[in-house]
Parts: sequence; C-alpha cells; structure tokens
Amino acid sequence: MVKLSVSKLNDFFNLIASKEKLYIPVDTAEGAAFKPYEEGMKYSSACNTTRSAKDFFFPQVENLVNFKIKDKSIEVIDNRTDTEKFVIFGVRACDVASFDILDKVYLQDPVDSFYKNRRDNGTIITLACDRPQETCFCQSFGIDAANPAGDVSAWIVGDDICFNANNEKGEAVLEIAASLLSCSDESEVEVKKAEIKSILEKLPIKDISLDKISSKDLMENFNSPVWDEIFSPCLGCGTCTFVCPTCQCFDVREFKTNDGIIRFRCWDSCMYSDFTRMAHGNNRNSQKERFRQRFMHKLVYFPNNNDGVYGCVGCGRCLKSCPQSLNIVKVAKALGGKE
Amino acid sequence: MSIEEKEFKPTIVAFCCNWCSYAGADLSGTNRLQYPANVKIIRIPCSCRLNPMFILRAFQRGADGVILCGCHPGDCHYTTGNYYARRRMTILFSMLDYLGIEKGRTRVEWVSAAEGQKFAETMNSFVETITKLGKNHRLEDLRCNKQ
Amino acid sequence: MQQAIIAKAKELLANGSVNRVIGWKKGEFSYDITPDVFTTAEAIDADFVYDDFCGANVSKFLMKISKGEGKTLAFLKPCDSYSFAQLLKEHRIDREKVYVVGIPCDGKADINKIRENGIDGVLSIKEDGSNYVIDTLYGEKTIAKADVYAERCVNCKSKKHVDVDEMLGEEGDVIASNRFEMVEKIEAMSSEEKYEFWKNELSRCIRCNACRNVCPACTCENCVFDNPNSDINNKAAANSFEENMYHIIRAFHVAGRCTDCGECSRVCPQNIPIHLLNRKIIKDVNELYGEYQAGADPDERYPLVNFTYGDCEPSVVYERGGDK
Repeated sequence: MVKLSVSKLNDFFNLIASKEKLYIPVDTAEGAAFKPYEEGMKYSSACNTTRSAKDFFFPQVENLVNFKIKDKSIEVIDNRTDTEKFVIFGVRACDVASFDILDKVYLQDPVDSFYKNRRDNGTIITLACDRPQETCFCQSFGIDAANPAGDVSAWIVGDDICFNANNEKGEAVLEIAASLLSCSDESEVEVKKAEIKSILEKLPIKDISLDKISSKDLMENFNSPVWDEIFSPCLGCGTCTFVCPTCQCFDVREFKTNDGIIRFRCWDSCMYSDFTRMAHGNNRNSQKERFRQRFMHKLVYFPNNNDGVYGCVGCGRCLKSCPQSLNIVKVAKALGGKE
Repeated sequence: MSIEEKEFKPTIVAFCCNWCSYAGADLSGTNRLQYPANVKIIRIPCSCRLNPMFILRAFQRGADGVILCGCHPGDCHYTTGNYYARRRMTILFSMLDYLGIEKGRTRVEWVSAAEGQKFAETMNSFVETITKLGKNHRLEDLRCNKQ
Repeated sequence: MQQAIIAKAKELLANGSVNRVIGWKKGEFSYDITPDVFTTAEAIDADFVYDDFCGANVSKFLMKISKGEGKTLAFLKPCDSYSFAQLLKEHRIDREKVYVVGIPCDGKADINKIRENGIDGVLSIKEDGSNYVIDTLYGEKTIAKADVYAERCVNCKSKKHVDVDEMLGEEGDVIASNRFEMVEKIEAMSSEEKYEFWKNELSRCIRCNACRNVCPACTCENCVFDNPNSDINNKAAANSFEENMYHIIRAFHVAGRCTDCGECSRVCPQNIPIHLLNRKIIKDVNELYGEYQAGADPDERYPLVNFTYGDCEPSVVYERGGDK
C-alpha cells in the first residue's frame, strides 16, 4: 500500500496522463461525468457519475465495419484497431462490479473482440465511497463500497489518498507515478473502511430482500399479478437502460453514406417498441411485457444463467433518473411481496 | 493543382413547387438564362409539401444551402398551401438561427411560372450568398463526406 | 391540501361517480413520487400523496387510462390542465369520461436543485413555513423553498386552470412571467456563440427519448423516430448532426401545441434545457403571429395550421436576433 497527499493528486494525474490516456470524473452541467484529463482539472467528489462507466468498454455508438462502393465492386473495410492504453480514475465499487457482469456477456464464447480490446487496454483505479447516497443499495448484491475491486483500489483518508494495486496491471500504473508515492500504513485505511461501513449500515434501502424473489419459481414470478399494476406509469423511454451500468443490449444498424454503408451498433433498450423486432413482428407488444422483461432479466433470468449473479449492482442511477420514479427497488419490493 | 485546391463550389438544393417555380425554372431554361449548375432542383407538389426534415436531410447529405421556391402568396394551385409553408418556414428558419446555423443558408423565394428571369436571378444571388458563407459545417454529417 | 384531495377522491369513488382516480403515489423516499392509478379507498389511504414533489404532469396518462370503462377522476394542476385542454382539442381524450378537479399549485420543488445545493443523502423532507427541513445521512439541513423550485415554476406562466369540473381551493390568475429571459439571452448571441452553446448542451443527449415520451403534446401512435421505414429513425445519435436533427424535429412537431409545461426538461437525465427550444417557438409565434397560449382557448386554431394574408415573409428571420 502506498500513499500520496490529496493536494498532490494533480501531479499524480499529470504523470499518468503523460504515459497513458487518463479519464477522471469532473463536475459538468449534467452532473459528474468522466472526461479525458487535461492539466488542472479538478476531480469530482460526487458519489457517482450521472452516466455509468460502461461507456469506456461498451460505447453508445460504435462502427463495426464499413462498406465502400467503388465502380462495380464493394470493398469491406474492417476498422478494428488496437485501442490505446487508458486509465480510468475514480470508478466506484458498484461500477467496477458491473464490468464483471458485462464480462459474463461479452467475454463468453463468442468473444466480442471490440469489447475485449478495450477491456485489455483499460486500467481501472477504483475509489472507495466517501459519501454513499440514500439511493445506494449495492450491499444487496454483496458489493462492499468500502473495499472496491479493480486494478488499483484507492481510499481517501484525511489529507492522504492511499493506493493498493490488486494485480500486475495496477502495479504498472502505480509504477508510472512511483516518484510521488510513499509507503503507507494499512491501519489508517482499516479505520476508514470501518467508517464507511458504519454509514452503509444507515442506508434506507440497503437490503431489498432479493431472496424473496429467488425463492419463487420462475413462472410464478413471470405470472405475478404485480406486473399488471406496477408497469402502468412507465413511459417506455430508455432512461433507465441508458444510465444503467449493466444493461448490455445493442442493436446493429446500417447507415447509408453517399458512397457506401457504415454498419454500426448502438445501445438499445428493452423499453422501446421496436426492441428485438423481427420479420414476423415483435415478441413483446405491450409496455407491460417490455417492462416485465427488463426486471425479470435483471432479477431472475440473469442469475438463473450466471450462478446466481444478479444483473444489477445497486448503483442507484435509475432511482435518480427515472422520469416517473419507477425503479428496480420498487419492483423488487413489490415482486417479493411487502412484509 | 489537386482537386481540393479548386475554388469552393457550393451544392444547392432547390425545392420547387410543381405549378409555378418548376415551370419558372423551365422557362429560364428555354429562355437560355444562365444560372449555376450546382443548383439541384427537386420538384414537390406544393411548397407546403416541404417537410422540415427534407431540409435537414439535404444538409446531411452534403447541401450547403437549401432554397424553397413556390407560387406567390395568393396564387397557390391548392389555394392556401403556400400560406402554411410561409409560417412553417419562418418558424423553422428562426429555429435554425437559434441553434447557430448561419442565416442565409436557407431561403424562401416566390417564383411564378412566368418569372424565368427571376428564377435565374434568385439562383445566382443565392449561390453567391452560399459561396460567401462557405461550406456547411454546422449541419453536416461527416459520415456522408466522400473520401 | 392532501387531506382535501384524498377526501374528495374517496367521496367520488364511494358514490360511484368515478371508477378510478389518477394521482400521485408515494415512493421509497419523500421525493420519488410516481403518478399512478388508484381504484380503492384503501389504496388511496395507503399511498396517495400530494406535496411539492408531485411535479409529474398526469394529463398524458388520461389518454390511455380514460379509454377504460367508466369515469376517471383526475386532479390537475394549472400546468396539467393546459396540457389536458390541448389534448381535448386534438381529440385525444373523451371529455365525457374524465372528471377533472383543479388543484392549486404554489410551485414544485426539484430534487436535483436540492442536490446541487450540496444536500445529499436525502432521507426525508419536511415543510416548515417557507423552508424545507431535510433529514440526510449527513445531518439535518434547511433550505429555502424558493431556492429549489424547478425552473418552470420560478417562471410560472399561470396559476389559472382551464376546463375543470370543480376546483379545490382558490383559483389563481395568469401571471406575467420572465420565462423568455433565457431565450432572449441566446437570441442576442452571435451565430458562433449560439452554435457553441447548443453543441455543448445537445452533445450530452443520450437519446433516451424521455422528453418525447413524457410530452403531453407528443401523442403520435408511431413516432417518426421509431418508424423503421422513415429512414431517419435512430436509436442513438451518432454525431452532432443527428443530435441537432432529433431536437429540431421534436421541437418543431410540437410547435404551436406545446403548452410549456416543462416536463421535457424535468425528465432529462442529462440536464439539457430542452424547454428553451420550445419556448423559442412560442416566443416567435407570439411576436410574429400574435399572442397564443396552447390549450387556453378550445376554439382558436393553432398558429401553424392557420395563416393570415399579411403574414411576414421568412426573410424576416434575417433581420432578427444577434448578428443581423
């Protein structure tokens, strides 16, 4: 474990940015957001960014392949290139846990090479949560906000920031800034962790009792009368899916340019009426079915297929951004049955 | 000298109403009046047919200026179509200006079937304006640029 | 006010004059209130709330809900009632099937503004005169109500209702607001500045479509942006052109019908001031074609499906705003 004075954090950023591309959370008009580091930028101490950190590995829009028409032939251009190495500073415990969930989808055979490329070249420096919010419920999924995973974990203890490399990738990043770092005592960090834990204990929705859902049969959950009522305020917008760190659906589309075609993929939302639309029409025709799909996927289907790992990390973004204040917590509580 | 270094020749899309301006364009042709070749005319049934989306799509596909020509107010083949178009375009142009798209990239001109001369003059002056404004960068779609 | 509303709802449900009630359902915290439908007195007693966080406009709901059997009771704030009247005008709601009770509104609080003021970890919010007393994970905080009102409420245009069957509380008046102040500021900018301003704002758009879906004026069965045959449907804005296109077309499609209820900006997860686009059109219409408030008059034609022989030419735009 090594440490650095918080006042010297920008020196640390400068050193890293001189070697690799660095992203840090900064305060912007949309709230906190990850931005490419430029000298003098001040990092945001907000609990979480408005958009999730999944953008780094799974961007909203991404070109897959170009087709170019020349005379009578069509040229296929593969525009995959190695992503430059990058470092993300200040990822929270929930977001880093979401990467594990995305990995289950994208690194399973067949491996998504676009995603893997970025995963391999990205180094994640996590930061323990100083100020958990009322909307946080990561504990429900066994995530410890005081002890975030990632390549390097960091804690702000008083005037110092302590780093701990969890693997070789992490060590390599800390090596870049080795001149600034001094050895640190673990006991201080332990005190900080206990402090965070005591706040986490006070959170109002720390436990959303998921066992009540998992103990039920799949069809029982699927046919639950709860769905008939709870979906009605849903607007069918894609806010929850787009701010969600674990939503991983995309659509592959084509754009006709003046001299060819660009095939790209972009985020899709199961809330949209044309989601998974096929030649025969749509699988889910009503908003109730679409709404049910989203929450059944996160709370039932995903754990069934992935050894009990839920498709949610409890970051609380959907609680903050849903226009109608409908969210996974309300759904889970209703589905589990109120005590 | 490479092709890129040639002087800028704007691409203009002119939406012309079938009953007046399209015939006006015809007349200017048969009268052998000159107007630049970079004006691409698209015939529409009435100036009121012009969906704001058409204008945006023209810019997306590489137009540097878009002009709508229709019958003079009061002379619409469908009696009132161009009155509606007039309001719509006023609101749309004002909106484009509000978003920082240069004024003058869009224009409305009333050209009757007998005004071949006016058609040619309008096109000449519009091309001149757009040449001065330069290439459309604020409403361009880079994917549509030919490489 | 909450008691009066609950009593009214229960009374009308009990005597059978309405079958269901549209109102606001309390959430996990004091601020995350969901508009919802109530059918029993028990449900109303358990979950019905009306307070400063019930900002959601319930008018659009009536389109779907009022198609059901029997009558629906709706409590409408002044803003909601304009949207409701506009929907009636467009024949989207059957007036016979809705019983409207107007409720007064003193402005609604915006939880994001509370957070912007550095109050985080909000556990509960209580009213105390002109202040909110907020219990948070990090201690109790007090903040003046006026500091956290939503932008649309700071610039409220009317406390008067349109087309209600009954009023609870006092009916208010149309008020002179400064709602065009920001629009004027942008208009005065140079073309370059305007472009930069909007690029900065619109580049944040994630195309979640919340602004469209919540909008009481957006009532198409199939939106042009969802229609795979329209050739412009897109699920994500690939570049600044598509961001511009979506927002121009969205604003244009509600031109003359937008009542300026401000829902679009309320729901935007990316904090984009979408209402400034709608207000620009409202301001233009007011200046060029005469004062017009969508929803206020059931018989007046809306400005974009109307004309006069003496209307200004589109070239008037070249003479207005910043650099002429």
